[in-house]
Amino acid sequence: MTDVQDQSPVANAAPVPETATPVLSFRDTPLYDGPVVALADFGATSNTAAVRLDPGDDARALVPHLGGLRLIEVSFPKYRDGRGYSSARILREAGYTGELRAAGDVLLDQVAFMRRVGFDSFAPAKPLDPARVDAALSRYEYVYQKAADGRPPVWALRHG
Amino acid sequence: MYRYDQYDQSMVDARVDEFRDQVARRLANEITEDQFKPLRLMNGLYLQLHAYMLRVAVPYGTLSGTQMRMLGHIARKYDRGYGHFTTRQNIQYNWIKLSEAPDLLAELATVEMHAIQTSGNCIRNISSDQFAGAAADEVADPRPYAELLRQWSSFHPEFSFLPRKFKIAVIATDVDRAAIQLHDIGLQLVRKDGELGFKVWVGGGMGRTPMIGHVIREFIPARQYLSYCEAVLRVYNRYGRRDNIYKARIKILVHELGAAEFTRQVEAEWAILEPLALDAPQAEYDRIVAQFADPEFDVAAPDSVDRSDPDFALWLDQNVHAHKQPGYAIATISLKPVGGIPGDATADQMDLIADLAARFAHDEIRVTHSQNLVLAHVRKADLYALWTALEGAGLATPNLDLVTDIIACPGLDYCALANARSIPVAQKIAERFADLDRQHDIGELKIKISGCINACGHHHAGHIGILGVDKKGEEAYQLSLGGSGAEDASLAKILGPGFSEAGVVDAVEKVIEAYRVVRSGPGERFLDTYRRVGAEPFKAAVYAPAGATS
Amino acid sequence: MIRLLTGNVLETGDVVWWTGSNWSLALRDAVDVGPDGDALLARTVAAERINDPALVDAEPTRDGPRPRTMRERVRGAGPTVRADLNRPNSIEATA
Repeated sequence: MTDVQDQSPVANAAPVPETATPVLSFRDTPLYDGPVVALADFGATSNTAAVRLDPGDDARALVPHLGGLRLIEVSFPKYRDGRGYSSARILREAGYTGELRAAGDVLLDQVAFMRRVGFDSFAPAKPLDPARVDAALSRYEYVYQKAADGRPPVWALRHG
Repeated sequence: MYRYDQYDQSMVDARVDEFRDQVARRLANEITEDQFKPLRLMNGLYLQLHAYMLRVAVPYGTLSGTQMRMLGHIARKYDRGYGHFTTRQNIQYNWIKLSEAPDLLAELATVEMHAIQTSGNCIRNISSDQFAGAAADEVADPRPYAELLRQWSSFHPEFSFLPRKFKIAVIATDVDRAAIQLHDIGLQLVRKDGELGFKVWVGGGMGRTPMIGHVIREFIPARQYLSYCEAVLRVYNRYGRRDNIYKARIKILVHELGAAEFTRQVEAEWAILEPLALDAPQAEYDRIVAQFADPEFDVAAPDSVDRSDPDFALWLDQNVHAHKQPGYAIATISLKPVGGIPGDATADQMDLIADLAARFAHDEIRVTHSQNLVLAHVRKADLYALWTALEGAGLATPNLDLVTDIIACPGLDYCALANARSIPVAQKIAERFADLDRQHDIGELKIKISGCINACGHHHAGHIGILGVDKKGEEAYQLSLGGSGAEDASLAKILGPGFSEAGVVDAVEKVIEAYRVVRSGPGERFLDTYRRVGAEPFKAAVYAPAGATS
Repeated sequence: MIRLLTGNVLETGDVVWWTGSNWSLALRDAVDVGPDGDALLARTVAAERINDPALVDAEPTRDGPRPRTMRERVRGAGPTVRADLNRPNSIEATA
């Protein structure tokens, strides 16, 4: 009945190093490849079009600036740190339509959840097999709850 | 009972398919154990001392006879002929092979069962009142709301990597049989001005730092409780501590922020989420509620019971509760035979209980957080036949809520995290108090034993709680008194220095003998006596120098 | 005092003990890994076929090694509350 088997702290995990792994995109438009600044370095007057959010950053700090952003990169230093899922959904709820990228410790078995909260591009530290990503994304035909991807929950299908 | 439709079945089937793929990748060494472990944990598969342990969800503790029969089949085919019912109303198998787990899950899926989110840092199985739908004093059956929570929380994309596990319980009576104040979220269904809604507790829990939950809202309309839970979970996911696993539960966040500030944050989040139409439409509530409609009761069922068999009468008085429907009763099947393993049932017993549920109880069985089973809808006229059948299988021990009805986690006999064994302590206490007259004289007394600080055996909520600890490689036990997981929730306090295994059994006996001396009368429960007189008389009795007399 | 190498088989979860050349289900087959222990453990971890591998202290007895902690004795023998399921050729955990 116990379950603290996989529980090393994740908050202070060392960030995954920058890599040249190709970005996996689900967007129709070309990916943004300009410079990305950390939230702390992002000033309101800055004309930067891309910001990186770390797990402890407040995604809502970006809400007044969403119109000027082309890329928001949400970092996952350790896949078990789930704060980035909330960051993503908050940004989509606030109306952000630009590229939302999950970067770092992004693994095959998390990609479907990440798509649901609004990520549309992925920069995994270790490359993902695109065929397996496709299989993972098509495995669940239905979803139980509304999220940021527009898929209708089963209650909408039941009572459509 | 809830029945899956094509959508529910598709979800569970897809999960089996996904897990089969994950297991194959692990067996082929395509992923490391470090990567695989959280995947198998999200499907309830742990590596314990002797083998893999699989925890199968019993949503809100309700299952059909068909499902119980499948649990027996799995015990026989994939395990060693038995299973263990847990304090979270689930069942665990102790001897599972990883290579066979996908087939096992595929068989479970054929009877609308699964192991989804029975572990991992996600929203766990929703627990509820084992008397739901049968208790006379409930506002409405809480299980439709638990089922909707089950669906909402299954594969929730935002809340599958929380700081720590998350447990929700739902009840619908003022009497709390589900320990809701010791859950991350406790929900009590209430009615206000004719409208159904929930009173919401947040931040209760046991483990290393036990806490009782805070009421953060007196009333959230039932049509909005999902989005409200979503707001609670989002605040937790964003701000719950991730730097220390022992401080990662929501109770620590609520404690550190203060209940008022936590509530303010939840309300602010809900103000953003509520307009997004995350809640299910009324038609979905209606669809699920309809599936929990009362069975077709026999309105002519006689309301009297023949008590002429004295052994039957003992069971009737102890293990049978009043039902909302005249002529019916609620029968609890004790999985606590004296000397047995609390919560264990053999495959044959599971088959028998499935048969009895079909014959006598509208094919419905409940699991209780005290590790017993319940047949919720039994005609009083059938109680004697039911008892006779149970008696023949060792399932009619008339000890519900008595001193031998002990909660015990698997402890060091099975569990990789345990510091000490729990089951042998439970067995020895039960054997010491086996005499039924003595048990009745002592009255209601809830002993709860955990083999480590994680508190799966709910020792913080025991009238008498026992915690196994490791003392330089030897097993040792701490004794606590005065806990309750009911509506009068309280946390047990440590009495004094610890004991050996034999010593703790003696200490329990001394505590109970002291209670018999100081209680105001036979009607005063142990817990009430303790609350009235405090710990001193018990300390004196337990730690008196040898040879001293009181 | 001797040191044993143990773990659980990936496919089955079975408790196994290092015999010097292979893995055995029987604690009595376990050998003292001595100074090779850490290297053997590292090799076992890297192979990813035995889960939760560990070195445990034990005392040699006439009936085979007796691990020092109750935890490892229970792993070696089986649950103390189910004598019917005990592994053969093992010393009782509570002995």
